[in-house]
Amino acid sequence: MGLNLIVLVKQVPDTQNITGEAMKEDGTVNRAALPAIFNPEDLHALEAALTLKDSISGTTVHVITMGPPSAIQVLKESLYRGADTVALVSDRKFAGADTLATSYALKCAIEKIGAYDIVFCGRQAIDGDTAQVGPQTAEKLGINQITCVSSIEKVDPEKKIIIANRSIEGGFEQVQAPFPVLLTITDEGYHPRPPSVIKVMTYKNASAEMSDEQYDESYIDAGVERKTGQPISLWDIGAIGADPESCGLAGSPTKVKTIESVILKSGDIRMIENTDDAIAGMVHELIADHTLG
Amino acid sequence: MENYFLDNDDILFQLEHLDLDRVITYREDNFKEADRYAYAPSDTADARDSYRKVLEIVGEISGETLAPLAAEIDEEGVVLENGEVRYAKGTKQVLDMFGKADLMGFCMPRKYGGLNFPTIMLTIAGEIVSRADASFLNFGLQQDIGETLNKFGSEQQKAEVLPKLTSGEWGSSMILTEPDAGSDLQAVNLRAHQDEHGNWYLSGVKRFITNGNGKVGLVLARSEDGQTGARGLSFFLYKRDEHMKIRRLEQKLGIHGSPTCELQFINAPATLVGERRRGLTKYTMWLMNSARLGIASQALGIAEAAYREADKYARERIQFGKTIRELPPVYEMLTEMRVGIEAGRTLLYETAIIVDLKEGLEHMKEKYPERAGEFNSDLKKYSRLANLLTPMVKAYTTELANKAAYDGIQIHGGPGYMKDFNAERHYRDARITNIYEGTTQLQVVAAIGGVTSGTASAALDEYDEEEYNYAPELLKKLRKTRIDYDKALIGVRESEDEDFVTFHSRRCVEMATDLVQGYLLLRDAKYSARKLRIAEIFIEKMQTRIHMNMHYILDGGSTFLKNFQDVLG
Repeated sequence: MGLNLIVLVKQVPDTQNITGEAMKEDGTVNRAALPAIFNPEDLHALEAALTLKDSISGTTVHVITMGPPSAIQVLKESLYRGADTVALVSDRKFAGADTLATSYALKCAIEKIGAYDIVFCGRQAIDGDTAQVGPQTAEKLGINQITCVSSIEKVDPEKKIIIANRSIEGGFEQVQAPFPVLLTITDEGYHPRPPSVIKVMTYKNASAEMSDEQYDESYIDAGVERKTGQPISLWDIGAIGADPESCGLAGSPTKVKTIESVILKSGDIRMIENTDDAIAGMVHELIADHTLG
Repeated sequence: MENYFLDNDDILFQLEHLDLDRVITYREDNFKEADRYAYAPSDTADARDSYRKVLEIVGEISGETLAPLAAEIDEEGVVLENGEVRYAKGTKQVLDMFGKADLMGFCMPRKYGGLNFPTIMLTIAGEIVSRADASFLNFGLQQDIGETLNKFGSEQQKAEVLPKLTSGEWGSSMILTEPDAGSDLQAVNLRAHQDEHGNWYLSGVKRFITNGNGKVGLVLARSEDGQTGARGLSFFLYKRDEHMKIRRLEQKLGIHGSPTCELQFINAPATLVGERRRGLTKYTMWLMNSARLGIASQALGIAEAAYREADKYARERIQFGKTIRELPPVYEMLTEMRVGIEAGRTLLYETAIIVDLKEGLEHMKEKYPERAGEFNSDLKKYSRLANLLTPMVKAYTTELANKAAYDGIQIHGGPGYMKDFNAERHYRDARITNIYEGTTQLQVVAAIGGVTSGTASAALDEYDEEEYNYAPELLKKLRKTRIDYDKALIGVRESEDEDFVTFHSRRCVEMATDLVQGYLLLRDAKYSARKLRIAEIFIEKMQTRIHMNMHYILDGGSTFLKNFQDVLG
């Protein structure tokens, strides 16, 4: 019996290859200087889902991303690797969403897909680094969640249970949960597969230029019709039945007040003798000035 | 992100200017498959776009994954365990990636799961992969075996084997060499016999078999009892079973990641490929030519890697208060490498395109016999050219790889001799390229006919007719050099002395190669001022070489031929 898997992915600026122009003078991210990439841990989440698909026949992998039209690139990357269907959740009304508003929109999108067994997310995105969207989405869906999963030990499609290995400090623990369940995946256990060149040639024209006016279309064609029977779905706020008050800036309690560029500098080095007394003296001193404790 | 395709300006330059329209049209038979396969191109622009995208992925796997593993693969090597070959971990990892990326059926037809890419694209991909790790032979070899089977195998053989090759599930090998049949394949002795039902069985030993652990192999065997020589040999498809044992793995100087096996066949069942008695003369020759082009691209990849390592080191190493790249002997070596590589690349791609045109025309003629007249004269021309240029480019690039790897170590100095740098691995890996698939000396034997018969001269005449108004002086130099070449050829032809022709054949082939490359570089110069500088350097050095060779040939080398026996004793 096949499983219904959903993977949540995000397009992010490549913060791992920072150049001098990465930040603007006002302290915000200069997106033009940073190429947009598939969030690395999301790629591992996709790989975890595809690995399950490889081992359990009849399994379907749906990929959802929320973002601007350019985010279609991560959906194409997902198709190249073997996703069955992909959907872009995109609407101007989603702009400025914090993790709360984002997880709400994603929850609505997941519910639009209907029945599902496992939702996969990367543990965190390399731009915001909050690691909140996965857990919040699970909460809003009212389902179980296992965070920081390094690998999946076992999936039983009949009994509808999963046993996963969670990375914890100093080791790992095995957790069992019934379906439906949301997992956040780390970059430890899976090697993302390369794109299939056959799928690349099939879906290479799948990106359609979209203008703001076209946002309302229910989906865009994946290039020439003969090239694929698989459209990339485009869902706007109406399509996923989301409440505008809970989306975008309106639904985001997080407000950025100021941004500060912090440069860490090392101070003076003080050498102390390697004796119990000297060390105890230093510890007392650090407690006194509140560095410790 | 390391990408060995996108970081190579010369490959990008060539790809932009290569005239591929005819190649693509023949390969795609006027885009007939566009309606049947979602990934088939609908026109030449679509095909070129797909080629580029696929090469990008080859470049990324090569640069990001394979290259960083190469030293480890070299160190770990291959092991024979309980009669089975174990690849290095890195080799296995990348093989798995190539399979998952659907790259293993690069040139094979779509109906078997392949990409149906032309040889020119395989040639480029082969170079990119070899730059990362020259021992990763599985990819190129799979195409050679798959294509040979596709061309000459029965429908049943193809349907059984090709889908497994394109998926990467099965590995493959060409099983030709024997202890007493190396360069001289006519001496092959492995026996093929038939039982009363007409089933074939193979018995005997094969040696130096690259990837002999593959699931399938194409085996050259003696099927005609009592008939010596090439006419007694047929070609067989063998599928691995308990009737073949891998007796040992060779301990080699280089390409440690690639298993070189000794195989013993004991009444091993096999099926005949094509017609009997044509094993060597038709099928092996075709396979070898295809493999030679593959080795040429492997060699070019090694040369490119050696050059890049040396250049990087020369930029960083300070001696006498400056980087050694500023020292004349060093920048001369580096420039020679770069010019040699670009001369090799332009010749390699030209050859691959000619092979594609030849194959395309053959295919069209077969498919549309009523239009044979339309294809015949071009087919004849490109067949001749392919037979000349393939051994030429194999000889050139493999010798170049050795020289580049040698100079690569030289530029590193002492450290280059140590395992800390990749230079010594390139040196070891390069050494096989001018030996396997026919030594350079055998490439000369294969090419000399085309040189003395006039195929090379006709090609040079044709190149000369193109428009070079952007470089009149260089054209003049080329034409002057051509006169030297013609004089030398007349000298050889008129000698009517077989020993004399043989003695000078390498010089003649090298002169012809030089001239062809001179014209091709001049053609490239149309699009780039930098290429014009390359052409200038190449042609200036080459004209002196040809002039020297011409004098040596016209003087007859008589002292040599008269005295060598006394010298050797």
